[in-house]
This record gives sequence, C-alpha cells and structure tokens, in this order.
Amino acid sequence: MEIRPAGRHGLLVELADSRQARALAHDLRAAGPAVREVVPAARTVLLDGIEDPAAVRRLLAAWAPATTEHDGGQVEVAVIYDGPDLAAVAEQLGWSVRELVARHTTATFVAEFSGFAPGFAYLSGWEVSVPRLATPRARVEPGSVALADRWCGVYPTASPGGWRVIGRTRAELWDVEREPPALLAPGTRVRFTEVPA
Amino acid sequence: MTRTLTVVSVGGLVTVQDRGRFGWAHLGVPRAGALDQPAADLANRLVGNDLGDAVLEATLGGVEVTVQVAASVAVTGARCHVRVNGRSVAFGEPVSVPAGARVALGRATEGVRSYLAVAGGIMVEAVLGSRSTDTLAGVGPAVVAAGRVLPLGAPRRPRALDVPARRARPDGVRVTPGPRADWFGPDALASLCAVAWQVLPASNRVGLRLDGPALPRVQTGELASEGTVLGSVQVPPDGRPVVFLHDHPVTGGYPVLAVVDEEDLAVCAQLRPGERLRFLPG
Repeated sequence: MEIRPAGRHGLLVELADSRQARALAHDLRAAGPAVREVVPAARTVLLDGIEDPAAVRRLLAAWAPATTEHDGGQVEVAVIYDGPDLAAVAEQLGWSVRELVARHTTATFVAEFSGFAPGFAYLSGWEVSVPRLATPRARVEPGSVALADRWCGVYPTASPGGWRVIGRTRAELWDVEREPPALLAPGTRVRFTEVPA
Repeated sequence: MTRTLTVVSVGGLVTVQDRGRFGWAHLGVPRAGALDQPAADLANRLVGNDLGDAVLEATLGGVEVTVQVAASVAVTGARCHVRVNGRSVAFGEPVSVPAGARVALGRATEGVRSYLAVAGGIMVEAVLGSRSTDTLAGVGPAVVAAGRVLPLGAPRRPRALDVPARRARPDGVRVTPGPRADWFGPDALASLCAVAWQVLPASNRVGLRLDGPALPRVQTGELASEGTVLGSVQVPPDGRPVVFLHDHPVTGGYPVLAVVDEEDLAVCAQLRPGERLRFLPG
C-alpha cells in the first residue's frame, strides 16, 4: 500500500488491484473515521474531506483485506444481444455469436468502481481482453452493454465512447429517486440474461 | 401571492448553485456548487439567508429576472451594474425590491461569475442533497433559461448577517504537491510556479485550461483512472495544466501534479480568458 497526498484534506491510497481497492473502500465506509468521500478506482482509493488525517493514517497502517469478500448483493440485467460490434467481437475472439452470448450470460461480474458518469460502473469478470475501437463513436446509445480490455460496462446515458457494444438493456442504470440511485453500485454482483428484442 | 422569481433573459450560462453535492463521488457524481464560494456566501449573508441557500450564478453576460414578492436581494462576485426597475442600485449591498420588481444584472465589468441572492433562497427541489446544477453529468436542476419560474423560500431573518472583513485577493493560488507529482520530476512544482499561465477560452465550470510552456514528464505510459479532488492540477500529454473546478469528473486518467487550496479557487472562478494565473508553493 502506498499513500499519496491529494490536497490538504485528501489522500490517494494505492493498492494491488481493484478488489483490494473495493475492500478498503467498503471497510472505510462501514467503520472508518469521518471521511466525506471514499472513491475506489482501478487500483486506488481516494479519500477526501478527511476530518482527522492522523486517525485515517493509523487505520490505513493497520488495514489488511479480509479473506471473505463483502456481499454487495446481485442484480440481473436483461440484454438484447444485437449490438453493432457483436459479430466483430465474436470473430475477433474466434467464437460464434451464440458462444459469445453464452459466455457473457454465464459469467459473474462485479461492479468494481464508478467515476466516468453517474450510474456507469466498471464490471470485472470478463476474462478475455477486447480492444477498444480505434476511433471512438461520437455517440453510444444509452443502455448500451459494452466491453473494453477485461471490463464490461453499461452506458447510463448517451455519450461518446470507444468500448465495443454487444447489446442493449432497458434497465434504468441511474435514478436519483431510487435508493441507491446507481443500479450497479460498487460491490454489486451482476448477471446478464438474454431477452428477445 | 406565490413566492417566485421569473427569469426574463440570460446573457450567458446561468445556473442555480449552493454549496454543492457531497458524499456521492463514488457513484460518479461531481460536487458542483458555486465556483466562487465566498462571493455566494456573502450574497446569502447580505439578505439574511443560510449559507447553504441556493443562489443564481450568472456568467459574464448577466441575467434579468422579476421577483413576484417584495424581497431583499443582493449581487456579489464579478462586479456589474445592477438595476431595479431600470434604476441603478448598489452592487454588493442588500437592496429591498417591491413585488413585481425587475432586477437586472448587467455584463460583468471585471471577473466572470456574479451571484444573485434573494431572501429565502432559490427553493428548487434538491437532488441528492443539493440544489446545484452540475454541467458535466447533468445532475440537479436544469440550466436556467428565459421563462423559467423558480420558487423562493420564506425569508429567514429580517436583517443582513454580520459580514466578515473582505480578504484581499491573493496574487496567485497556493498549491500542495499532488498524488502524481513524481511523474514530473523533482523540480516539477517549481516549474509550475515559475510560469504566469494564460487562461484559455475553453475554460468552464469543469476546469480552468491554461496555456504556457509544456511541463515535461519523466514517467511515461498510461495511468489507470483514479479519483481526483477539487482543485487538482491535472497535466495531459500536451503538458499544459488544467485546474479542476467544481464540475470536474470524479476520476481521471492524467497525472495530477499539484492541488490548489480550496480557499483560493475563487481566484480561478473569476479569471477571464487571456488573464494570467500564478501558482504559489503552499
């Protein structure tokens, strides 16, 4: 673990991987000292608005990831597999389209962190690296289910994007009236199921 | 009589802002809030509001509204002419206006963001605990446009609160080393502080974009996206720094060399394109 400064009231904690980052973020929220923001990412946790920096540093020095993972619950996302990159991704991986869909619907994903946009989560669990588009699309439709590197993601709103789109969902990824507002909050396990168009 | 304010015209970006949205960064929600927080606080104090009450933030071109109830109003931040029913009134002072009054903020004569506070506060519905509009992710009330009717709260106090002595604007903004200062070598902070950076027109509520000599990296390669704090001085591959302001994205993939003290961000909020910014070692 490495601790780096991030402003007078913040710290950036560097860890080995996203699983550790998520574990630390969870433990800090559950039982830690007052910290206004705890933001896990691919390999780090940002702490901001720290009231007692000395207490936080003591906690970090004593922290180790627990052997059992915290259960963030499971969400099922219904997907119509007709994305513009579906066939190309299947071919690139040497699979039929049916095989690609089968693998996507049998994998268990975990939302590791957000940050790109409200409701967008980086999901781990896809084992095969998928390269991004050489030229990002100016517009990816809301609800697009996409792959990039070993990440899977669902776009909550339309935005530019370079991820490979394999399907779409009508699920509401972000709803400010809902608790929590993000459907795929960090720590949530995600399963995709196929539905007809 | 309904307590409302009606927007007649907007001269630039006008948004509702309060102190911002806290505790949601882990879901990708920017903090938002008034870019010049001390100016917004002053406006609220002058009309007897709570510091957390929402105000209108007008950018450069001013705004014109009508107020449907008699109320105390105040304009702070970027200096501008203020007229009530066509008559000039004081900038930076509480002004009592009658029901139906037309309140017009002219174009800023210096600075960028002016704040209009009305007694009772702008009472749009709070979203995730705040009435602020974030222009990046679109959380919060819609950007203010002509014709919009905004509810006002009931006045809280009959008089202005005591106003603290105004702090002179510093020459520059103080910085502390950022989490990735080591990407730029041991003299990086000194290099950052040695330049009078020029503010670029592409600057907005998301960030202040600066022009000047490129800051060289000693470390190459990609940085995995990581959380960033308000005031982060992020340096993309072209070597020209961006100061993250209130609508900044929660995570970023470019290294952060330094972080501007939050108290000095008001300086950034009021710099026009072409003006200069200096960083001072903190």
